[in-house]
Amino acid sequence: AARMFLRLLSDIQWRAANPKWRRMTSSRRSTSTTAEPHPVSLPAQAQVVICGGGITGTSVAYHLSKMGWKDIVLLEQGRLAAGTTRFCAGIVSTARPVSIELKMANYSNKLYEQLEQETGVPTGYTKTGSISLAQTQDRLISLKRIASSLSVMGIPCEIITPKQAVQLHPLINIHDLVGAMYVPEDALVTSANVSLALATAASRNGVQIHERTSVSHVTVQKGRVTGVETDRGRIQCQYFVNCAGQWAYELGHSGEEPVHIPLHACEHFYLLTHPLAEPLSSSLPTVVDPDGRIYIRNWQGGILSGGFEKNPKPLFTEGRNQLEIQNLQEDWDHYGPLLSALLRRMPGLEALQIMQLVNCPESFTPDMRCIMGESPTARGYFVLAGMNSAGVSYGGGAGKYLAEWMVNGYPSENVWPLDLKRFGTLQSSRTFLRHRVMEVMPLMCDLKVPRWDFQTGRQLRTSPLYDRLDAQGARWMEKHGFERVKYFVPPGKDLLDLDHSKTFYKPDWFDIVGAEVKCCKEAVCVIDMSSFTKFEISSTGDEALESLQYLFSNDLDVPVGHVVHTGMLNEKGGYENDCSIARLSKRSFFMISPTDQQVHCWAWLKNRLPDDSNLTLEDVTWKYTALNLIGPRAVDLLSELSYAPMTAEHFPSLFCKEMSVGYANGIRVMSITHTGEPGFVLYIPIEYALHVYNEVMNMGQKYGIRNAGYYALRSLRIEKFFAFWGQDLDAFTTPMECGREFQVKLEKGVEFVGQEALLEQKQNGVYKRFTMFILEDHDTDTDLWPWWGEPIFRNGRYVGKTTSSAYSYTLERHVCLGFVHNFDEKTGEELVVTTDFINQGEYEIDIAGQRFQAKAKLYPFSSLFTQRRRKDEVELSGYQRE
Amino acid sequence: FYLTPPQVNSILKANEYSFKVPEFDGKNVSSVLGFDSNQLPANAPIEDRRSAATCLQTRGMLLGVFDGHAGCACAQAVSERLFYYIAVSLLPHETLLEIENAVESGRALLPILQWHKHPNDYFSKEASKLYFNSLRTYWQELIDLNSGETTDVREALINAFKRLDNDISLEAQVGDPNSFLNYLVLRVAFSGATACVAHVDGVDLHIANTGDSRAMLGVQEEDGSWSAVNLSYDHNAQNEHEVERVKMEHPKSEEKTLVKQDRLLGLLMPFRAFGDVKFKWSIELQKRVIESGPDQLNENEYTKFIPPNYHTPPYLTAEPEVIHHKLRPQDKFLVLATDGLWETMHRQDVARIVGEYLTGVHHEQPIAVGGYKVTLGQMHGLLTERRARISSVFEDQNAATHLIRHAVGNNEFGTVDHERLSKMLSLPEELARMYRDDITIIVVQFNSHVIGAYH
Repeated sequence: AARMFLRLLSDIQWRAANPKWRRMTSSRRSTSTTAEPHPVSLPAQAQVVICGGGITGTSVAYHLSKMGWKDIVLLEQGRLAAGTTRFCAGIVSTARPVSIELKMANYSNKLYEQLEQETGVPTGYTKTGSISLAQTQDRLISLKRIASSLSVMGIPCEIITPKQAVQLHPLINIHDLVGAMYVPEDALVTSANVSLALATAASRNGVQIHERTSVSHVTVQKGRVTGVETDRGRIQCQYFVNCAGQWAYELGHSGEEPVHIPLHACEHFYLLTHPLAEPLSSSLPTVVDPDGRIYIRNWQGGILSGGFEKNPKPLFTEGRNQLEIQNLQEDWDHYGPLLSALLRRMPGLEALQIMQLVNCPESFTPDMRCIMGESPTARGYFVLAGMNSAGVSYGGGAGKYLAEWMVNGYPSENVWPLDLKRFGTLQSSRTFLRHRVMEVMPLMCDLKVPRWDFQTGRQLRTSPLYDRLDAQGARWMEKHGFERVKYFVPPGKDLLDLDHSKTFYKPDWFDIVGAEVKCCKEAVCVIDMSSFTKFEISSTGDEALESLQYLFSNDLDVPVGHVVHTGMLNEKGGYENDCSIARLSKRSFFMISPTDQQVHCWAWLKNRLPDDSNLTLEDVTWKYTALNLIGPRAVDLLSELSYAPMTAEHFPSLFCKEMSVGYANGIRVMSITHTGEPGFVLYIPIEYALHVYNEVMNMGQKYGIRNAGYYALRSLRIEKFFAFWGQDLDAFTTPMECGREFQVKLEKGVEFVGQEALLEQKQNGVYKRFTMFILEDHDTDTDLWPWWGEPIFRNGRYVGKTTSSAYSYTLERHVCLGFVHNFDEKTGEELVVTTDFINQGEYEIDIAGQRFQAKAKLYPFSSLFTQRRRKDEVELSGYQRE
Repeated sequence: FYLTPPQVNSILKANEYSFKVPEFDGKNVSSVLGFDSNQLPANAPIEDRRSAATCLQTRGMLLGVFDGHAGCACAQAVSERLFYYIAVSLLPHETLLEIENAVESGRALLPILQWHKHPNDYFSKEASKLYFNSLRTYWQELIDLNSGETTDVREALINAFKRLDNDISLEAQVGDPNSFLNYLVLRVAFSGATACVAHVDGVDLHIANTGDSRAMLGVQEEDGSWSAVNLSYDHNAQNEHEVERVKMEHPKSEEKTLVKQDRLLGLLMPFRAFGDVKFKWSIELQKRVIESGPDQLNENEYTKFIPPNYHTPPYLTAEPEVIHHKLRPQDKFLVLATDGLWETMHRQDVARIVGEYLTGVHHEQPIAVGGYKVTLGQMHGLLTERRARISSVFEDQNAATHLIRHAVGNNEFGTVDHERLSKMLSLPEELARMYRDDITIIVVQFNSHVIGAYH
């Protein structure tokens, strides 16, 4: 009797007009087998084939068909909504820490609310609201941060006292609570029915749905999807959408050209009970108790309660494709701690009778964010999977963004945090995924504090200097599998262990990073920056220059030896990448991009560079170790090591030259530091790395050299107002909006991608503006620190969010970077943001509900920094990446 | 200063050893499934020893624990030699002849024992020739004696114990031209060791005990509960029969001085032991041997010291008390342990902890609600209980380790307290002996199916 889903009979082609369909959805599982309709044969071709009939697949079909694409086939290996979708708890919750996820959940909520009316399929949508409980102050802070971002999105939300919580839900034991967050518009749905409703609507719009049809593999020719092979024949198609949920990884690997979709399934348990003596009201809010690792919703007069245990059970690591998820074994011993947490939260439930413990596998991803987008290797191969147990909350919104992406070429929001191309083959190892998801699943409930690092799947990519740096006290973080130094713990000093260093306040590394920053300012520091993505583009003729001139906004026809900072823009003028390009020779260029651009930038260039055998693009990331020498004494140090004058007269800023350092020849030296401080980056062929590092450290002794890490770099770049791609800059930000007109050469005489959009912006003005804020009344020691995503208020009205922030050891203030919009007071319409608009406002930054005064600046401080620099120093207001 | 659970585990598991009797055709026809053993030192170096071996020329398995005192030399020697003496005592006449002929003609010797040793359990290479010669003399005498009767296990055990102790004594009196060996045999003789040895052959279990180590049988009652059956008597002042025996063997004039402060002659805790020639030899013999012995022996105050009221030696014997037990299907396991365990734990608790461990490891079935009416509260209670049981069980793969964990770490509620365990294990060497004794444990698990088939 525990069936909250509807079962459909075998393979009928879905047509809303088909009277059978109505009858069958309204009856429970039909026992009649004689009425089974004949399977309808598959079409020979279609524009789009979607694999997977769960919430994501049906949502993609729904949105594609709404946007006018009609020639769509949806294939489901078992029955519609019979996988994870069938079992999931059906909670639609908007309380998400990542902004894009919040937007998706908010859209899903609104979509589901009207879905029953739209389709006539009962979805069980009930607006119950949700209460997230805090057992600790830190938890309450994290809830307050979420509440801040919900409020500015117009989603009603309230921080409430424990007493108010018990008024909303009488069963809650509040003795150990410090507060809670109430989101009144969160909802419950019958997830399988939502999926069926979406399928019904899609089917009415012409989407063909075939059940009991398995995709065996996808065929790709010349980097484009050409069709799918199924157990019932082949369908030719231009687009394929992998919505196979936990089977997406295997399906991706089944073709000749594998598509790496890094996700892994874990068992997930929830409990169903019989109704209470006095059945619970179906409007009772859902309770989330992250400190107890559980959620509790009302279910048919009883409760449904599940959670995210500390010791998850990953499964299907070896890969096992089965038709539907069989009801896996109940494991009460495993569920025990969650049951304790449930009874602690609601002691009144002790006498409640158990109905079932449901074991429903969910898929998780290496960074807790879902996976969407186009494969970097196969055009037309789209993916939407890895929902990290929030498939219902995200399904609607994610389907919409993916449909927009397919139809328009790009989604309407910045989805880079979810883009498949943030991963590469390196995250696709089964062992890595198994280990990482065992860390990720418990994290669903763990406190998420700033600067958190994964512990599993580490030490995969390392610099040749890793051991040397580690022995000197390096503390590591990981980006795209690469180990990077955060800071160096001086000998004799001990930091808090991992659990105790989790704080929203001043972190324990504060003084350590301060000392590294000071050394960068006064002497010289060395930072290993080997993780950066490095490409070489060369040609036999002028093809390289011509292509780059078209793909990049700055003028790359510069003298050999010059380095150019430039954006790689899309048609709308937004940053797809932000990089430095050195002209090595007339016909070859060396391109440095952020670490996580390795897959995205490669795919972008590959798809746009002409198919010309004279033109070569090579990923040389692994060939070079990069040492960044930052500080006023870097000049002296490098002159001494190379017997070459390094002063600005001989080696101007933004210059690149191959020279010898110590015994090693052929070191590519560039006069950039990514911080605005004077210095050089050395690109060293890896076999020389240790030698050069030793030389630098030995010779550097007399100049006071020390090792430094990325936290020092971050502080330096933010106080210099350097934006960083992936954090501050994204595909929806143009150079005009972040004060980088000087990196765009509209009149370079060559047409380039995004030129038109930028021209338009130049004439009409921008609708948001990258601004630097200095917090005025913020006490570094006692106030909560800003991180990113904090709302910005201008004259008391919300104008945007911060994108990054750091403590400036020079200003002795916190600096936040973020975008200011100008929303019309009445209509909310976005208006042009002028310099005056920025300058004539009183600003506040909201950190977890507390507002701090901030001074806005459009240009960096220069007088404060003692280092004298050239007049034409462009790097100062230039860019930065991490 | 606390040890983390992994540190605690690495200390507890350092000496653990497990042996499973190999199966043939998927069947184990032996009445023994296997055994777990472990030891935890308090003395540095540890003075306890353990041995386990399968008899190859007769049937049966030998297991023993040896608690040394006044050094570990005697316990070490007994652990190396005793099982050979027992095995030889059990051998039929023809086999003895065969072996002797092989030695005589320099042919390969039939293997007598298959040892089951932890890597830390060593045999002294230097003394092997000397020990072998003594053993050979013993079997030659057995051949000469040829009684023609089938060997009785009880007799064999008693003879082996007595003979070995006698050899230890003789070797010390004769000495050895090699100065290292000479000193070794003296140290063996002047130190002492108790021994508790089990011989299992089918359903016949013999325990031969000398001293205050103990053998205990774990019995599962029909209701599933566990009880303990003693298979040895402690030879110490708490045992009235032992006190009686000692008094019987000496003139009435010594009655008051024989046992003082619960010790033999006010000095020795166990009333029976190997070695300890200070309690066996005449004063003249002791003085002669010490004077002609090496300097190290002369300078040792302990060896030179003659026990007070020493009038009618010997006061001490190595003769074991042998108990025979016919194994029954409900007899699930045997625990052999030195007094370090029994000082801290009652045998009833030992039976329960080992019993639950052995069954828990194999029989913890997953719970399924099925069609039953179960409330959240009931399920919670059930799970909590299972967790408490499993949490301590899961840390150990070895019943002896599990028992040591309880012996050292149990709090007043009978559950393992990590803090206490950590404190006890991190005691400095010089303090450890004040809080606990060396503990050596062997847990033998019986094969109820095979034993059931005998009945």
